[in-house]
Amino acid sequence: MKLSKNFTNPLAANNPVIVQILGICSALAVTVKLEPAFVMGISVTFVCAFSNLLMSLLRNSVPSRIRIIVQLVVIATLVIVVDQVLRAFMYDVSKQLSVYVGLIITNCIVMGRVEAFALGNKPWASFVDGIANGLGYTIILVMVAFFRELFGSGSLFGQTIIPESWYIANGGFYSNTGLMLFPPMALIIVGCIIWIHRTINKDLQEK
Amino acid sequence: MGLRKFVDKIKPTFSEGGKLSFLHSTFGGFETFLYAPNIVTKRGAHIRDCNDIKRVMITVVVALIPALLFGMYNIGRLAGFTDTSCAGIFDAFLYGLIEMLPMIVVSYGTGLAIEFIFAERRKHEVYEGFLVSGLLIPLVMPIGVPLWMVAVATAFAVIIGKEVFGGTGMNVFNPALLARAFAFFAYTPQMSGEKVWFESGAIHNFLGLTPNAAEAATTSGATALANLGDFGALLPEGAQTVTNCAALDAFFGFIPGSIGETSTLAILIGAAILLFTGVASWRIMLSVFAGGLAMGYVFQATGVTDYEAYYHLIVGGFAFGAVFMATDPVTAAQTNAGKWIYGLMIGVLAVLIRVINPAYPEGMMLSILFMNAMAPLIDYFVVERNIARRKKLIKNVK
Repeated sequence: MKLSKNFTNPLAANNPVIVQILGICSALAVTVKLEPAFVMGISVTFVCAFSNLLMSLLRNSVPSRIRIIVQLVVIATLVIVVDQVLRAFMYDVSKQLSVYVGLIITNCIVMGRVEAFALGNKPWASFVDGIANGLGYTIILVMVAFFRELFGSGSLFGQTIIPESWYIANGGFYSNTGLMLFPPMALIIVGCIIWIHRTINKDLQEK
Repeated sequence: MGLRKFVDKIKPTFSEGGKLSFLHSTFGGFETFLYAPNIVTKRGAHIRDCNDIKRVMITVVVALIPALLFGMYNIGRLAGFTDTSCAGIFDAFLYGLIEMLPMIVVSYGTGLAIEFIFAERRKHEVYEGFLVSGLLIPLVMPIGVPLWMVAVATAFAVIIGKEVFGGTGMNVFNPALLARAFAFFAYTPQMSGEKVWFESGAIHNFLGLTPNAAEAATTSGATALANLGDFGALLPEGAQTVTNCAALDAFFGFIPGSIGETSTLAILIGAAILLFTGVASWRIMLSVFAGGLAMGYVFQATGVTDYEAYYHLIVGGFAFGAVFMATDPVTAAQTNAGKWIYGLMIGVLAVLIRVINPAYPEGMMLSILFMNAMAPLIDYFVVERNIARRKKLIKNVK
């Protein structure tokens, strides 16, 4: 497969979240606000890219019997690096993400790409694949978080968007949709994105 | 007839190949609204029956009218029009009508617009399913809820609750109840609690009427607010006014609450219409009331709450839910044995949630939605059991 195709495919046509339905749990958990969602996406991209790269380099020297344990060691190391970096430089976001940074290790996308791609491809292609899949995940997270933060909290990236005077408490007519802050709404938004995506991409529709 | 001729004249424009053929379903919807369709089934066995979806739906709408009319009167009464003379009752009713009418228009407008768009896109005719939901939604909303919330809740219920599953007849959850559940969780302060009733005075000025000032102060003042407006405003637990309001008042509906739910009497008239015409299942209605009453007695007997068991049936949305929501033929259990289980569980769960969980005052909404999800499972086991029983019969004969 061509490298450019390698990069663009996971962004939309074969998106890990909305086509392969992987990584849904974290997509529901961290998308209440845009900032943590964005940081989470970048973290996963980092872990995914470097675990792909490292496993691709190691692919000929690791016996297939113990490959899962090796993959776990590699991914866990990277996740700890991410966790420590976030704690050092973005403590607030790290607090908001809480356990979900640690849980990147269980994110199906990371392990899935290592298993499905890195073990059978050269390092550079694997690295690109990891970045592309991570970005595909980030795009969906940011989209979901955009709607959830805008309608749930009336802000974007922590900046207030809806004027204060609109709110009922201040004599206006508007009220935030509290349901957006609950995980079920994230699931419904992901569902709607899948719906639109499939309507546009006819080849994804089941016969 | 002039209208028939006119409809026939413009028909080719909307048919295949016509200029406005993309509005085919919309045209069909209005045509069948005006006239009985003249399409003849050409082949296959078919049963002729006068009860099509349209007639069933209209029967439910008719059954809702007593609750609707009383709800309108009650809005006015709560706003301070407490004069019981003939003119006073009319004033209260007029006030309620003006408060209520925009909600009905918004609910029907939003829902039908979405239904028509989906019908056009999917190239099928417009089904009449929304006729009932569109009236039910305003009836389960608290008084004075902002109109755009009604619109958002309706849109959510129709799109996510119904069209996603394939439209009328395919939905898992009752759309009207889903609209309320959405509004309840999304706009909690406006749906229950102290912000429910905001008296603007705009309608008073419009009508040029002056309500009984003292009464208005008590009903829209802070103390009554907490008890006003929600499905579960008059809770068995934690509600202060429940002792003040006599059982008879609750039965006739002279209590605060969502628009359609207050008068058990009006709801029972609707129930009689539904049962007489055979539209709703008497098994479900009876078993919901039985389940609620039984659970009420259990709680009363064990001393969990001191409220009389029958109170659960006349306050809040219990009766409304039992008669109009639980009996929805699409979302209820289909088998006869299944209907008993389904109904009993709704009644039991509703009272259980009311008494045990103070965070969600109105258990009826949640219990019906929960049992909607369980209904296919109940049916599955009933059918399996029946198959097993008959297999055993065959074995015994051999």
